[in-house]
Amino acid sequence: MVTLLEAGRPYLIALIRIIVVFLGVSLLVAYLVYAERKILAHLQVRVGPMRVGPHGLLQPIADGLKLLLKEDIIPQGADKAIFWLAPIISLIAAFTAFSLVPFGPNFAITDANVGLLFLIGISSLGILGIILGGWSSNSHYPLLGALRSTAQLVSYEVALGFALVSALLLAGSLSMQKIVEAQAEQGIWFIFLQPVAFFIVFVAAIAETNRNPFDLPEAESELVAGFHTEYSGFRFSLFFLAEYAAMVLVSSIAVTLFLGGWLRPFARVAAFDFLDFVPALVFAAAAAWCLRAVLRLPRGREWRWQRLMLYLLGAGAVLVFLVLLLPVRVDGRLAFPVLGAIQGVFWFMVKVTALLFGFIWFRGTFPRYRFDQLMSLGWRFMIPLAIVNVIFCGLGIVLSKKSDWNLTASLWLATAATLLVAVLLVGRRRV
Amino acid sequence: MERTPGVSTTVLGADEIILNMGPQHPSTHGVLRVKLKLDGEKVIGSECIIGYLHRGVEKIGENRIYAQFAPYVDRTDYVAAVSNGLGYCQAVEMLLGTEAPPRAAWVRTILTELQRIASHLLWLGTHALDIGAITPLFYTFREREEILKIFEKYCGARLTTHAFRIGGLLYETYDGFEEDVKRFCQDLDKKIAEYEDLLTENRIWVERTRNIGVLSAEEAIDLGVTGPVLRASGVKWDIRKAFPYAAYDKFEFEIPTGRNGDTYDRYLVRMEEMRQSRRIILQAIESIPEGPIMARIGKVLKPPPGEVYHSIEAPKGELGYYIVSDGSVQPYRLRIRPPSFINLEAFDKMVRGHLVADVVAIIGTLDIVLGEVDR
Repeated sequence: MVTLLEAGRPYLIALIRIIVVFLGVSLLVAYLVYAERKILAHLQVRVGPMRVGPHGLLQPIADGLKLLLKEDIIPQGADKAIFWLAPIISLIAAFTAFSLVPFGPNFAITDANVGLLFLIGISSLGILGIILGGWSSNSHYPLLGALRSTAQLVSYEVALGFALVSALLLAGSLSMQKIVEAQAEQGIWFIFLQPVAFFIVFVAAIAETNRNPFDLPEAESELVAGFHTEYSGFRFSLFFLAEYAAMVLVSSIAVTLFLGGWLRPFARVAAFDFLDFVPALVFAAAAAWCLRAVLRLPRGREWRWQRLMLYLLGAGAVLVFLVLLLPVRVDGRLAFPVLGAIQGVFWFMVKVTALLFGFIWFRGTFPRYRFDQLMSLGWRFMIPLAIVNVIFCGLGIVLSKKSDWNLTASLWLATAATLLVAVLLVGRRRV
Repeated sequence: MERTPGVSTTVLGADEIILNMGPQHPSTHGVLRVKLKLDGEKVIGSECIIGYLHRGVEKIGENRIYAQFAPYVDRTDYVAAVSNGLGYCQAVEMLLGTEAPPRAAWVRTILTELQRIASHLLWLGTHALDIGAITPLFYTFREREEILKIFEKYCGARLTTHAFRIGGLLYETYDGFEEDVKRFCQDLDKKIAEYEDLLTENRIWVERTRNIGVLSAEEAIDLGVTGPVLRASGVKWDIRKAFPYAAYDKFEFEIPTGRNGDTYDRYLVRMEEMRQSRRIILQAIESIPEGPIMARIGKVLKPPPGEVYHSIEAPKGELGYYIVSDGSVQPYRLRIRPPSFINLEAFDKMVRGHLVADVVAIIGTLDIVLGEVDR
């Protein structure tokens, strides 16, 4: 019996991690939709969802229930099997990729030595679902949306790949864990060595996840709803989930490669050790916000549910705060094991959230590119720039090895050269 | 898929696609139906199918007395009801041989110019939304709301106002009307600058609008296009200057024109028109004369037999009313020349050779209202 348990142990741990990651990502995706609605609303002088729960905090749950209960329509003449399969492919691709994302120093479902390659491969599979969904709907708008997304993916995948290569050159490994560790060892995040590559990755990520200003496959003012025009109910919600999960995924990749993954800012500077307490402070701030919200609620019985929910939220926040600050005496010094354990995940999430905010901010700001302009931007600007960047990055690394220049200085030189090329490229593009 | 009958093949040997845009589509501004013939995403032909909002307004006009018909015209271009009302009331006044007193003319001018700003704000928000910028819509609606509040305070209605009566005005301006209008005008400049920050020099916006739907001055005149669409092609034609009505000859203002006749120029022209309207309002509000607001006309309107054509510069172009009277209390024939309907004629010319994404940009730039196209 004992041996069986012991043999099963790694599988059990893996299973627990899978469940935690799956639930965590699902929750994150649901609240990403909520955050998008709230942030967009505030950009647009509105307040956004306010009715379901305090400040509409339960809105994602209500939306999810609504979608589940809706009628599920398969259009006449649709290719049923493919129509069934398409959203599932998209969703599976988006979620499978999370198995390699390093949320913390010891918190990834698995770590593979081909990690990044696998991630890129799996995340591009998601587009297959979009193409199949658009094709099988037997309708013009989805078909046009699917065609657009194919072309878009092909062009921006290339630029994304080249930009990722420059981070790989610096890390010397494809394993996601090793890439973060390399940034810890070198004491600098790769964004400060390769800003152009980060820019390309971010733009390509927006294009790959079909977000504004590159949201052509589902441009609602042109193609109604693009590839998912004919989808409804649960199947639509799968596409929807997949899209937002893909957003979280590409942000995670960018964070891992360029923003130091789970590393705290100034991880190696002892003077900034107080930043270790930020996670606890965040929960204290959340509790304070709940208290303020309760005090600002008008009196009266009709507000009692809101009040109760705010009390519960606040109490939860206080509880987490206390648990995080659970002190243990080790070798005569105080240590905070719980705080230490969530440290990595916390900083990782902070950075992912910052990038996701960027996604939402762009959506509130920019008009949409046209199809041919998107292609010309991809092929005539992004891809040449990415190639030039890789070449200069490699030259910079060689330069620092052959001479006594340090790596940072030689890579900044390389970046300056790349920017020069970028200026030339912009100058050549006709407006 | 089966081959659609009547569809020919394209250069590459693929089928042409016939794409029905509308009547239920987020960007056809109502119930316009556009039948597009596509080669991939390229438009090689188009056909506008209208009539989904036809209510027979002109025929109704023959069965109502003159005063009864005035609220109906509000429902043609329902986002610029005040302008419609002005055109109709003035046409009937011409038929009667009277004219509204100066105070009424001044108030009419102010309200009509406010309506022009409101109409252009709505155009700007929806046009930007069509091109993918979702935020300007909420900003423009915020300002439009202020105008609608002024209308509501003045006559009790926000959208279909029926603000004017044949012969002048029914209501005197409310206390604080001048202050409200001035306050709105003071803020407007900053607000327009805000929209321009988001769009005018935005690279994506410029790329999406420049050289899209180009209409040369000759083509525009041939097609009978009027309003900002005509002016953006470089033709300096504005009925407020050419045949001044109401109190427009008393105020100074410029007619903004464009050079290329593309979507970007039409955008710039309309933005400048809002500033010019603000200029007119500020001049008018300072100089409203005292006096009666209603001309002396009988209780029963019986214009002498004859006919009249009167047109005004509505926000969307030349809005004309042709009324034939047989001496009875009802018009013998009433015809509206709607700017939207005639501007829509240019659609096919503008859209050929562009991509699907440009189709919605061109529908937006024409600034059509289907209530007015179909009547």
